[in-house]
Parts: sequence; structure tokens; C-alpha cells
Amino acid sequence: MKLSVKEIEKIATLARLELSEPEKQMYADQLSVVLDYIEMLNDVDTSGVIETCQVTGLEDVVREDKAQEASEEIKNKLIASFPEKMGKLLKVKAVFDDQT
Amino acid sequence: MSDLNKLTIVQAYEGLKKKEFSSVELTKACLKQIKKRNQDLNAFISVFEEEALEEAKEADKKIKAGKQEMLTGIPFCVKDAICTKDRLSTAAAKILDNYIPSFDATVIAKIREQGAVLIGKNNCDAFGHGASNENSMYGPVKNPHDLTCVAGGSSGGTAAAVADHMCIFGIGEDTGGSIRQPASLCGIVGLRPSYGRNSRYGSMPMASSMDTVGPLTKTVEDAAIVEEIIAGHDVLDATTVNEKVAKFSKSLSKLSKKLRIGVPKEYFELEGTEEETKNIIESKIAELKKNKNIEIVEISLPMTKYAIPVYYIVVPSEDSSNLGRIDGIRYGVRKEAGNLYDTYAKTRAQGFPEEVKRRIMIGTYALSAGYYDAYYRKAQKVRTLIIQDFDKVFAEVDLIVTPTSPFSAFKIGEKKDDVLAMYLADVFVCPANVAGLPAISVPAGKTKAGLPVGLHIIGPRLGEEKVFQLAQLVIPTAPGAGRDPF
Repeated sequence: MKLSVKEIEKIATLARLELSEPEKQMYADQLSVVLDYIEMLNDVDTSGVIETCQVTGLEDVVREDKAQEASEEIKNKLIASFPEKMGKLLKVKAVFDDQT
Repeated sequence: MSDLNKLTIVQAYEGLKKKEFSSVELTKACLKQIKKRNQDLNAFISVFEEEALEEAKEADKKIKAGKQEMLTGIPFCVKDAICTKDRLSTAAAKILDNYIPSFDATVIAKIREQGAVLIGKNNCDAFGHGASNENSMYGPVKNPHDLTCVAGGSSGGTAAAVADHMCIFGIGEDTGGSIRQPASLCGIVGLRPSYGRNSRYGSMPMASSMDTVGPLTKTVEDAAIVEEIIAGHDVLDATTVNEKVAKFSKSLSKLSKKLRIGVPKEYFELEGTEEETKNIIESKIAELKKNKNIEIVEISLPMTKYAIPVYYIVVPSEDSSNLGRIDGIRYGVRKEAGNLYDTYAKTRAQGFPEEVKRRIMIGTYALSAGYYDAYYRKAQKVRTLIIQDFDKVFAEVDLIVTPTSPFSAFKIGEKKDDVLAMYLADVFVCPANVAGLPAISVPAGKTKAGLPVGLHIIGPRLGEEKVFQLAQLVIPTAPGAGRDPF
């Protein structure tokens, strides 16, 4: 399976990764090699096989849907780690004037 | 007493108990070794000298008050992809260069509740992606046995730190061999518990269906001690099982019956396995055969050759989803750009190393519209067949033995540009992750060049007790043996 630079650009957009031109070519080559290798799974007959999503055998692990109040100390630490803030608010770029 | 840093947990516990030395002295001995060697090994991203000495003083008070627990006052280190409260946790990626968690991962909290001393955070492959520690944005970790060789990965810094006596034990994370492979390459013991045995809460997620947190130690007994402390159900991790945790360290030499050990023929026929590694493991198996409590049988695991391709679909897929949250918005290093999309794309491009980006893209592709069935669903089906393979074998044998790594430590840079060759470094270790099984690597010998080779023991689900028992037979702790894990 050979991935083109154009396909890499599409994947990178979906993944929110800015790539340089040489990087696009490099990843196109490398991902093609990995996908070729993965192709060997097509040799395996999986008709009627149920997929494994987890191995514990646990089912329906639930807890009460109840918010827990964090301490002032934790709140302050979380706010302190905001990359940009206004007072106690997290500052982000506008969501709706985004071209993409 | 000199060389306190070379002690095992058991030896350090005894010494502290008998007041032969204090936790402050023990901690200082480790800090001294870090100062001496870290510039060569690059095993630590952060060293908490001041805080560690404070914690050691507290531990000494606790011991004096007669409240010593197994890990009280014992210095340990933690892979930087595991969250530690108020201590920098970068995952070895620049996007988290300033990230200070407000909480401890559950396993770390359990260890610190006993009064263990957190001495530093270890370098690793960024977000656990790699088998050589060359994917760190803080430079590669060097192997203590040969500074021109890799320490293995992804928990390479933790393995190097324990092997070089910079701390008494370490905590790492294993998704496809990341504890066992570096333990093998550095000549120490590394346990990957059954999936669901130890809480993953606070371990930065890579592949949620395969990640496990476990100990790296100098002896099997130490690994058993740490495991019985950190294992158990956690309400903060819904995948942990509510099973009783045995006192693994107490039953190490109490084999209840003869052990039947399976040696998978496919693993020894694999192309690319180093001759010396094969010879060391085969002679170790021959040695075990002489024990009257052990029976060796040849087994077949035909599906395991598909474990690596399954791994390289499932892991990047879950990775790409998990790492979506690492975007520089609420924490970490944000690179501002004109609009929101560009801010995301620039932040992630500059904050992730090449391998992280590669995996995010493989995963994004495998999960994207039109490909989900062909890749992710197909891999999850083959995963079922691999599990059935193991189930069949474990109906016949108690444990499985293989080499940990197909080769001893390789040169830094040797495999860096060959993506597939690097992925194959995990060929023996990753089937256990795909099937959720417990497995350990123990030192089995050294090559002529002086590089360690590890023996790998895989057990049935939640079968840690037997895994430890066989491991103990492979490297019994003779007097003083714990002082030199090599």
C-alpha cells in the first residue's frame, strides 16, 4: 500500500499536525512500509471471530454520576498550569471564526 | 557503610530497621551516584535533591517512631510518563516541558504512602513510544554496561538508573515490552503485571487496552515486594480487577507442585535472533531442566507472529485517540498561531518527536472513515485468535519461557532510521500485552561483549505468583547477589 504525499496531508490535517515538505515525503515512505507489513494480517482467516476490545472480562463497571468538588488547592494548581489565562479563566482562540 | 546505593529493597529495609544507616544517608548515596553518572547515562530528566532529602528526614522520623513499612525511607525513581504530584512530568516530550501534575498516579500514591523517597523522574521514549530510548526529546539514555549502546525502551532511563544503582528500585510502564525489554538490556528484573492487576490511573495513556504499570528492580524478591504493594482494585481505573492480591514475596520458594514449562518453537526459529542470545537462553533452559520440579515441553504458538502487526494497528489507533488531549490548550506548552487550527497543528508539531507523530498518523489513518474495518476491527479479531492460542497452551503448561529480546543492547543510532527493525525488537515481549498476560524479564547471562541477556517468563492471566516462583529459580538471591544485579 503506497501512501501519497496528498494522503499524508489529509491524515496530518485530521491529526492536527503541521508537517514540513520533507516530513511529508518521509512519512509517506515510512507509513507505506508499515502498512505493507501490517498487510500480513490479511493472511489470517477471521470469519466468525469476535473482536477483542478488552481482556479483563469485566462488564458494565459503573459509578454514581455525581460531581466531586475539587479543593481550592487543586483548583489553583490547575489554573496555574493554563498556558494562557484571564483571571481564573482559560484563554483560547475563537472556535467559530476558524477557517477549517 | 559504603555503597548504600547498591542495596536491594530487602537489604535497605533491614539496614534501616537495625539503624545501621538512616534514610538520609541512603538517599545521599543514591544522589551521589546520580551526580557521578547521570551526565554519562542521561537516565534522569528531573532529580529532586532537596525534596528527596526532606522526604528522607520524614521517613527517618517514621522509622524512629516504630512505624516503618517495607518501603519507608527507600529511594525510588519513576518513568516521566507517569504523573507525580507537584513534580515535573514531561513524558520526555517538549509539549509537556512545564507540566506539573496536581496528583500522584495511584501506584505512586501507594508507594509514597509508605514513606518511600521519590528521588527523580526518568528519561524515556516520549509517551512510551520506542524500544531504544532514542525517541526522547531530552536525548537518548545510554546503557550502563556500554555507553555507546542503547538502554532499551521505552522505560530505558528507569532501567539504567536501577542497574547503575542510582536508586533502589523504579516504576515503569509497559504497553509492548517497555519494562521488560530495557530491564533485559540493562541486566535487571522487570515485571509487566496482568492487564487489570495494577491501576493505570495517572500513567499517561498510550494504548488503553494494553498499558500496564510495574516495577524495575535488582532482584525477583524486590519485584514481588513492590508488586504486592502497588497491585489491586482502584475506583479511579475501571479496568482494574477486584481480585485478592497474594503476598508474592512470601511464596517465592513455595512451589506447590511440579512446574510444566512450555518453550515455543517458533520463538527460537525466528530470523534475526542473535546467536549469543539464543545460546544463553537455551543453556538456561537446559539448566532449569535439571531441576526435578521442572518439566520442559515444546509448545507451538502459531498466531504469535501476528502479534507485532496487531500491536502496530491497535496501539497507534488508541494512541492517536489518547494523544488528542495533548494539545497545549489546558496545560503544557502552547505555540500560538493565527487561529485555533493552526495553534493546535503548530503546538503538536513542535511538541511531539518524530515517532509520536508517526504513530498518531498511523492511528488516524487506521481509524479513518473507510479503513476502520480493514485495520482496527481486523486487528482486534486477530487479537482474539492470539489469546485463544495462549489459552490452549496454558491448558497444557504452567508458564512459557522465551528470550526477552532477540538481541542484546544495540548501538545508539544503529536502528534509528529503520522503523520496522525497531518495531521487531519487541517481537517476544509484545504478545503478552496483546493477550493481557503477566510476564517478567530476569537476567540470564551476558554476551562476550559484556552485555546482559534477559530470560522472559509469561504466565496465564493473573498468574503472577507462578511467574515470580520460576523467576526466583532462575536467579536465586544468593548472599550478596542482590548487590550486583549484573
